[in-house]
Amino acid sequence: MNGMPDLNTLSFVTVVFLLAGYILLDGFDFGVGILHFFAKRGEDRRRLLGAIAPFWDGNEVWLVTAGGALFAAFPKVYAAVFSGFYLAFVLFLFVLIFRALAIEFRGKFSALAWRGFWDAAFSVSSGLAGFLIGMVFGNLIQGIPLGTDGEFTGTFLGLFNPYALFSGLFAVSFFSMHGALYLVLRTDGDLREKSRRWAGNAALLFVLFFILLSAWTAFGVPWVTLLVKQSPVLFMVPPAILCAIFISMQGIRRHWDFTAFLFSGFSMLAIIGTFAAALFPNLVISSSGGYPLTVYNACSSPKTLGIILRIASVGMPAVLIYTGYVYWVFRGKTASDRAYY
Amino acid sequence: MDAVLLARIQFALTISFHYLYPPLSIGLALALVVMEGMYLRTRNPLFLKMTKFWAEIFGLTFAIGVATGIVMEFQFGTNWAGYSRYVGDVFGSPLAAEGIFAFFLESSFLAILLFGWNRVGPRMHFFSTLMVALGSALSAVWIVAANSWMQTPAGFHIVGEGANARAEITDFWQMLFNPSFLDRIHHVLMGAWQTGAWFILSVSAYYLLRRKFEDFAKACMKIALVLAFVSAMGQLVSGHASGITVAKYQPVKLAAFEGHFEESAPGKLYLFGWLDEKGEEVRFGLGFPGMLSLLVHFNPQAPLPGLNAFPKRDWPPLNIVFQSYHVMIAVGMGLIGLSVLGIFLWWRGLLFQSRWFLMLLIPAFLGPQIANQTGWIAAEVGRQPWIVYGLLRTSAGVSRVVSANEILISLVMFTTVYGLIFLLFMSFLFRKIYLGPSDGKVSE
Repeated sequence: MNGMPDLNTLSFVTVVFLLAGYILLDGFDFGVGILHFFAKRGEDRRRLLGAIAPFWDGNEVWLVTAGGALFAAFPKVYAAVFSGFYLAFVLFLFVLIFRALAIEFRGKFSALAWRGFWDAAFSVSSGLAGFLIGMVFGNLIQGIPLGTDGEFTGTFLGLFNPYALFSGLFAVSFFSMHGALYLVLRTDGDLREKSRRWAGNAALLFVLFFILLSAWTAFGVPWVTLLVKQSPVLFMVPPAILCAIFISMQGIRRHWDFTAFLFSGFSMLAIIGTFAAALFPNLVISSSGGYPLTVYNACSSPKTLGIILRIASVGMPAVLIYTGYVYWVFRGKTASDRAYY
Repeated sequence: MDAVLLARIQFALTISFHYLYPPLSIGLALALVVMEGMYLRTRNPLFLKMTKFWAEIFGLTFAIGVATGIVMEFQFGTNWAGYSRYVGDVFGSPLAAEGIFAFFLESSFLAILLFGWNRVGPRMHFFSTLMVALGSALSAVWIVAANSWMQTPAGFHIVGEGANARAEITDFWQMLFNPSFLDRIHHVLMGAWQTGAWFILSVSAYYLLRRKFEDFAKACMKIALVLAFVSAMGQLVSGHASGITVAKYQPVKLAAFEGHFEESAPGKLYLFGWLDEKGEEVRFGLGFPGMLSLLVHFNPQAPLPGLNAFPKRDWPPLNIVFQSYHVMIAVGMGLIGLSVLGIFLWWRGLLFQSRWFLMLLIPAFLGPQIANQTGWIAAEVGRQPWIVYGLLRTSAGVSRVVSANEILISLVMFTTVYGLIFLLFMSFLFRKIYLGPSDGKVSE
């Protein structure tokens, strides 16, 4: 590379940034949703919801924006992946709707069965949403069958392969850990103690799954095997991520709540960043010998890429400032006198 | 059933259902700005009570709008991959801009609007409400710009041939401010403001008739009546302007709107009728000769191109377009009349005593919803058989790899869950309205 990265590269970075933002932000409220199941007491459950109440809607906007940016910058990828993974994405959208309903309607009526139903819906939909995200990325890392016209040629059931399913579990373990660390930050008293325990247990699972998945990826996904042979420096990535988790766990023990949450985020950011960099310039790898979709053959015109980058560079700093402001307004422990949910 | 038809049914169903919510939230957001602004000026706690009451309904409406809106964002890719490949270069950037400039704004500040009463000062809170209203209006701006481009494409050129052809942008501002955009966004926003205003009017009328929360209802009614009147008048202007734009850029659509068959003749304006596609005439209709030409060209003699001036394969389905267009006009005119009547009664000091008028107001909240839905049906079905007017046929836009059975599965799923959403929303709404503003807490 010489000098400035080109428009395609910058657009790729923008899309990855938005997706990573989505996974980290909606990730913690998925995690809270999963842990909702383990918080048996009604009072605790209400506080769990209170902790994400101001943010979950805004967090989903990252997904909408990432989708818009992908559509604009790489329409062929947007078209191939979303139509190819049709039922999986419909299921994901369905789960997101159910989750929104659970959050909004759980507290609207106080009958026990009503609560029970939406509590279950909230946990299941949060877990399933996390699982499906992991599964989709598992498939994208392996590569999907693409025809020469850039259309998906696989089947719905083909998406449920062992590697993708395991990626789904891995994602759930991450979201649980991330959510628990968020709760440590936002709750107090015995709920905070519970959250610390949840964080520890989830971190254990995460580390286990991470080690297994790293090995599976390095030796079982051909293009990654090839890549690590060429650049053995990649072997340094898993230990670095494990280090981040270690710091995070130290954070829990020493009551550096924010550090703990931050480093859990760093670990996922490092995973996403590594894969984005490893894939580049490919966006979707073909597992059937067809051409891959790359940032150069699946992109919009330079003019459109320029427009997107201008929109992002004007808009995103403002977004980050006021999103940061809103998180700042709602900092600290969630009060238990909340009235809305 | 074939995949194209199923995909169209699914899109129509999901977008129609989605569009019950955003206009209500855009309209309520404007009302919230007025109410909280009044509170800031007068410090009268009544205005605070109003703001909090409507904010809670706004919050739920908004959340359902988001949940059903995500489906729309991705349905272009899941079901309309051909379309996405063809237009991504042009259509994608307004969608990305909508996320960055509108959705983030409204959803971030919504947190403060709903949950921030004790965490920020009254000025900052008002500012947040203002940003939510601005964000919701901006989201309409971007999506209507994108949709208008499908009606009157501009600022692009076609690259490639045959199956590889696609639209590429040549001028962003020309694309954004395509010929129909300004009239249509005006029309959509006025429709949304009316949706919010008439909803508030209906609920307030219910309280007055039941003699509950009367001070609250009277104050709400005054604010909402002004908004309803202003937006109804604005609708008259934007509706007329939209008609002229359609005549200029989508003559087949206008001909279907008005059942104008003759190849070139002055156009009649029908009050109602039934289009006979075979006999190529309007049956059981009542029309004013020359009125359409008068409205479009300010000259009752001016000939307008009718359906017969175009090949039949380029005609939209006639009766759906004609009937929904006429329902929209009838309802819109009714709302204009009702708002003028309301202002008149207010001026005479009879507004709160006229029980017959209050009874008329109770079902009035349906008016804008019906007009929104039928208006969009007329606009979108009127665009058929094109997905991008004159450029890409709808059948060419569909995802080739998605089978009819898969769409059937998703269609059943969406229908079920949307039915559930509707029931839940209505039961919450009725309960909230029944409980009224006195108690801010719903439960627990």
